[in-house]
Amino acid sequence: MKAKAAIHFDHVVMRFGKLRAVNGISMDIEPGQVVGLLGHNGAGKTTSIKMILGILKPTTGTVRVFGHDPAADRNMGGLREQLGYLPENLSFYPQLTGRETLQYFARLKGASGQEQKQLLEEVGLMHAADRRVKTYSKGMRQRLGLAQALLNQPKLLILDEPTVGLDPVATRDLYSKIEALKQQGTTVILCSHVLSGIEEYIDRALILSAGKILAQGSINELRQKARLPMTISVRGQIDNQDWLTAKGVTTRKINGSHYELSAAASHKLDLLRALANEKNVEDIEISMPSLESIYTYYNTIDQPTADRSPAVEVNHD
Amino acid sequence: MTNKILVVAAKEFKDGLRNRWVAGITVVLALFAMAISYFGAAASGMVGFTSLSTTIVSLSSLAIFLIPLIALILAYDSIVGEEEQGTLILLLTYPLKRSELLIGKFTGHAAMMALSTLLGFGSAGLLIAFFSAEVDLQELLIAYSMFIVTSILLGWVFIALAYLVSVISSEKSKASGVALIIWFAFVFVFDLLLLGLLVATGGAVGDALFGWLLLLNPTDIFRLINLGSFEATQVQSGLASIADKKMIQPLVLWSALLVWIVVPGFLAVWRFNKRVI
Repeated sequence: MKAKAAIHFDHVVMRFGKLRAVNGISMDIEPGQVVGLLGHNGAGKTTSIKMILGILKPTTGTVRVFGHDPAADRNMGGLREQLGYLPENLSFYPQLTGRETLQYFARLKGASGQEQKQLLEEVGLMHAADRRVKTYSKGMRQRLGLAQALLNQPKLLILDEPTVGLDPVATRDLYSKIEALKQQGTTVILCSHVLSGIEEYIDRALILSAGKILAQGSINELRQKARLPMTISVRGQIDNQDWLTAKGVTTRKINGSHYELSAAASHKLDLLRALANEKNVEDIEISMPSLESIYTYYNTIDQPTADRSPAVEVNHD
Repeated sequence: MTNKILVVAAKEFKDGLRNRWVAGITVVLALFAMAISYFGAAASGMVGFTSLSTTIVSLSSLAIFLIPLIALILAYDSIVGEEEQGTLILLLTYPLKRSELLIGKFTGHAAMMALSTLLGFGSAGLLIAFFSAEVDLQELLIAYSMFIVTSILLGWVFIALAYLVSVISSEKSKASGVALIIWFAFVFVFDLLLLGLLVATGGAVGDALFGWLLLLNPTDIFRLINLGSFEATQVQSGLASIADKKMIQPLVLWSALLVWIVVPGFLAVWRFNKRVI
């Protein structure tokens, strides 16, 4: 274990009756990292988060957040003031206005009035601040939820499905905010099953299934380990296709002037050089395996051996 | 009382004003109280504001009916409702203990109930004082103040019970069901069972034991406090008249009412701390 881990899980098991919602998770999350916690419903994401937040106490095993036991030491050395959390399905108090809602939470957290104003501005709710929350759309409620999570410049920020209901602009704003917080040293945990789009913002992914960690590491590490093929779209004509087959590249002709090649990622440069030499190739576009395909890969290889200990584990450092 | 408790209490109280809970309860209590005190003597063939004792007896019966019902409706969803809104889990991640959250919300609800009772029954009291010329004002003031204060305490008893229900219920709909059962049990069933016991045993229960059994029902304690001072009302005070008033001192009755607030309140905090969310 690392002494300074922001979050440390050591053989954590959480049982509800016979169900093991979390079944032996060990992990360390470094301060200042942005970590994606990925998994289906029922994979153990929310249970893990509740243990980090101190709402649930693990049946066995150890949970430490910045060295504190969140279930026993409620105050966590003052960390609570700087802990931001956005739960799933948050609908707030319908009869309060957006401003009043944020004010209530700010008072409980000891945040200033100036900061409330600034956050309302930042999440783009200033124009609706004095309307009751019951008139808000799902996206507006989500933005209000983000505003309360961002109170007091959190040291630890946990967002459960933060992009649900957000339009593309708001989603982009959210990710740039996360980026800015990361620069200040905030540890961020993003819980999501909307996988497309988050890969460029996370330093590390933790893939959970049936209460266990299936795989963890940076996207690149996971990609390498999974050996998923990359896809190259080629516009133009490939005159000599024999070498492609020789290299184990699958070629699919989309139409007269379009090909889609599928090849092992390790052949990337080889292939590029060869394709660049082809006289009649006009354009090349490469797409590396997405987080979505990596995720699907790890989830499918786990299926037949669900009871085994983590099938693939890539250590981060 | 910590600052956090006050923040929660103030929010709850403001919600009550805004949702028109306070206004609604005030109006209902005032209207019923005025009507009851005007028609209270109808059984004896008169209408209009009559004797103080008749008025207090009628008002007490009204309070026993209405106050527990209002208090339970007001507070049954206090915890389970926040859970369904998603705000409970959020609040538990804040620098705020579970007990502080519960006590804060309870304080807000208790203040709402106290204000509405004071305004509702108070306004009716002013009207009674104005219209009933032959009533001794000082006597009225004492009896009526006691009636209002005990009504407030009775409200708090049922708010505490509502919190206990809210904390142990997994869903709002179940909590509302249990709250209604509690109301029915204390307002109707308990006295019926006690009466049945009395008849079945041919009165062998004994006055002393019977008096103590009445302490198991907060609405009976309320009745005993308010009717105890009127000899003339014994006929109309139902089961409470059977109890030996000399045995159960007012101090015991008041203490018992407070115990009925504190014990369910503590149980609610205890269960809330154990609740898996």
